[in-house]
Amino acid sequence: MSLTRNGIAYRVASDLPEGSYVNLGIGIPTLVSDYIPTGKDVFFHSENGILGMGKLAEPGKEDRDLINAGKQYVTLNPGASFFDHPTSFSMIRGGHINYAVLGALEVAANGDLANWRTPGEKVPGVGGAMDLAFGVQNVLVTMTHVTNKGKPKILSKCTLPLTAPRCVKRIYTDMAVIDVTPEGLVLREFAPGLDPKTVQSQTEAPLRVAPGCKEMDVPAGFLAPQPAVKVGG
Amino acid sequence: MVDKTLKTCEEAVADVFDGATILLGGFGDPGLPGQLLEALRRQGAKNLTMVHNGAGGGTHSLGGLIHDGKVKKLIASFPSNPGNQSFQEKYLKGEVELELVPQGTLAERIRAAGAGLGGFFTPTGAGTDLAAGKESRTLDGREMIFEKPLHADFAFVRAYRGDRLGNLNYRMAMRNFNVPMCTAAKVTVAEIDELVPVGSIDPEDVHTPGIFVDHVVEVVRIPEYLVITTEGR
Repeated sequence: MSLTRNGIAYRVASDLPEGSYVNLGIGIPTLVSDYIPTGKDVFFHSENGILGMGKLAEPGKEDRDLINAGKQYVTLNPGASFFDHPTSFSMIRGGHINYAVLGALEVAANGDLANWRTPGEKVPGVGGAMDLAFGVQNVLVTMTHVTNKGKPKILSKCTLPLTAPRCVKRIYTDMAVIDVTPEGLVLREFAPGLDPKTVQSQTEAPLRVAPGCKEMDVPAGFLAPQPAVKVGG
Repeated sequence: MVDKTLKTCEEAVADVFDGATILLGGFGDPGLPGQLLEALRRQGAKNLTMVHNGAGGGTHSLGGLIHDGKVKKLIASFPSNPGNQSFQEKYLKGEVELELVPQGTLAERIRAAGAGLGGFFTPTGAGTDLAAGKESRTLDGREMIFEKPLHADFAFVRAYRGDRLGNLNYRMAMRNFNVPMCTAAKVTVAEIDELVPVGSIDPEDVHTPGIFVDHVVEVVRIPEYLVITTEGR
C-alpha cells in the first residue's frame, strides 16, 4: 500500500502542534489545512499578506481581494490579519513561522533541498521558495517517494540546483516518514504493508531505522490500493 | 489647496519616458493597477524596466506591455508560471532580460530604497545559484549575501480608497508590494476604487500616508474576467 496525496497531507497535519504558525506551499502542502481538526488552533500564513487563512472559498462566495499565494480564492478564520510583503517576509525570514510545508524535486541526506528549478526548464522562477527554505524554523517536505519514472528523490547529494542547503527537518512521502538528523536520514514510519527494506530499496541515500520505527497510522481511505511504484523496480 | 487627484489614467502615465524603471504593485489581482497599465500601453513609452512579482498573464496589463515589446527588462520573483506566455516567448527569443530575485528579497530591496538604506545582508539565496556575483559575509555564524536597494522612477499601485492628499487604504490582500513600492519611486501613482473626502479614512486605517503618494486616480474596476491572476508564488 502507499499513501494518497491526501494521506500525506493528513500525516503532516497530525504533526503540527497547537499554536503553530505554518506556511503551506503549492500542491500536496495546500491539502494539509483540510486535516486540522476543528478546535485545534493552527495559524496558516500566506506570503501575500495573510495570517489566519481559512479554507478555500466556496464557489459563488469568492472575494476578489482575498487570494492565497497560489492565486486561489480563500477565506479567513477568526483572528486573521492582513499585512504587506516586507512584514510577511519578516515573519518568514525572521524565523517567526514555525513550519513550512514544501514540495520537493530532490532532498539530500544532509537536508539540502532542491525544489525551484526542474531539469530542462527554460524560464526560471523562484517565488518565495528560497525565503521559506532559509528562514522558517522547521522545513517539512511532502513529495512522492520516487519520480514518475521510478527514480529515487531522496539522495546522498542533490543533482538539481539547491533552493537552500541543510534546511529540511522531516520528509513525508507516499511510502515513509523520514527525519533528517546530523547523523543522516532516519526512517520513522513506513506505509502499511511496506517494510524498512522496501523503503530503502526506493531511497538512494542510506536510511537508519529508528528504534521505534513503525507502520503509519492513517485511515484506510488515505491508502492507495496498490503501491505507487513497483517494489524493487 | 493640495489636490493630488487626476481625472484619467492617461494623465497619470503621461510623464513616463523611454527607459524608465517602474515598480508595478499587486500580487495576482489584488493591488494590481490594471488600468494604469493599459494606459501606459497606449502611451507608448518603451525600453522600460518593470519590477513586479510575476510577469503578468496573457496579453493584458503587464503581459500586454511585454507583448507589445515595450519592456526591456523584468525584475521579478516568479515569471515562470505557464500563464506568463508573453514574457516567456520574448525571454526565450532574447528580447527581454530577466533579473530573478527571491520574493522576500524583492520586497526588502524595495523597502530599503524607500527607507533610504544602502542595502542589506540576507541569508536567502546564500550558497545557491542566485548568490552569483554578490558579496558574501558570515554574520552571527551564518552566511549572508548583500542585496542592493531597488529605486525606481515611477510606482504604480492600486488601493481601495484614497483622498486628495494621497492617503491610501487597502482592502484585504491588496497591500502586498504596494506599501513598500509607494515609498521607493520618484513619482507614485495610485489607482483607487473610491475617491473619498479628506478625513473620511480614519487615521487608524491609513496604510500608506499621503507623503508617499503623488497622484491618485479613481477608476471603475475592470470586470474580473479581464483580470490576470496567473503568477503563482
